[in-house]
Amino acid sequence: MPFTVGDLVAERTVHLTRESLVRYAGASGDFNPIHYRDDVAAAVGLPGVLAHGMLTMGIASSVVVAALDPAARIIDYGVRFTKPVVVDPETGADVHVVATVGAVDEDAARIDLKVTSGEATVLVKAQLRVAV
Amino acid sequence: MNQDLVGREFPPTAPYLVGREKVREFARAVFADAPQHTDVEAARAAGFADVVAPPTFAMVVQDQTLQQLLAEPDSGIVLARTIHAEQRFAYTRPIVAGDELTGRLTVTGIRMMGGNAMITSQAEITDAEGGHVVTATSVLLVGSEEGGA
Repeated sequence: MPFTVGDLVAERTVHLTRESLVRYAGASGDFNPIHYRDDVAAAVGLPGVLAHGMLTMGIASSVVVAALDPAARIIDYGVRFTKPVVVDPETGADVHVVATVGAVDEDAARIDLKVTSGEATVLVKAQLRVAV
Repeated sequence: MNQDLVGREFPPTAPYLVGREKVREFARAVFADAPQHTDVEAARAAGFADVVAPPTFAMVVQDQTLQQLLAEPDSGIVLARTIHAEQRFAYTRPIVAGDELTGRLTVTGIRMMGGNAMITSQAEITDAEGGHVVTATSVLLVGSEEGGA
């Protein structure tokens, strides 16, 4: 797959509900109650129940992988977690992912991910490198 | 924060056998709808032995190593004041169903910022043959006792 700097690789909005968080808790084994209990989240001073950072990171790579050749080899993937995604019990939350080609060299294409929820950027320096 | 943690190496975790249904379950949880995550034939057609785990699945094994760190009596890490600040994975190959994975954690750095500590640890994840699969690096931010995180 040819990569050109600036190209859009993929874009998707994923709607998260409390069910999504419980599902991720079970799949990952991360049962920290701040991800499903309002009382615990409030007790530690959070604005609400939060999506797991690793769920957001996982969604972002899912959006990229779905757009690549199934045999494409991912070399590395890293993010910084900045803002949490608060998941309302009734309305949930939207996570918006935009993946563009940030750099290309002989070995790899760097795909830069812009991941937002509402106005907030929730991941920064989110970059996934794929072998070319 | 206990600076003696830097350089500390932990024993390898018990082998984790990656199940096909676990990969499918994890893929569904992270909205990974590429066919190689769930369809064995699609995975084989792409050159893999079985269904391919999404890239962040390595966290499942890394988490076992982080539990070792949290269980250290002298770690000084209080979970209620700890946030996941940064995460990186460096892959030799993707994880596929059937892999038997072991993680080996090393604390590689502690940086103090105000009253907060940034703890970097690295888990080397290898397969049953000892071959490198992925290195998972986490930065945990442990807030000061007064301020909270």
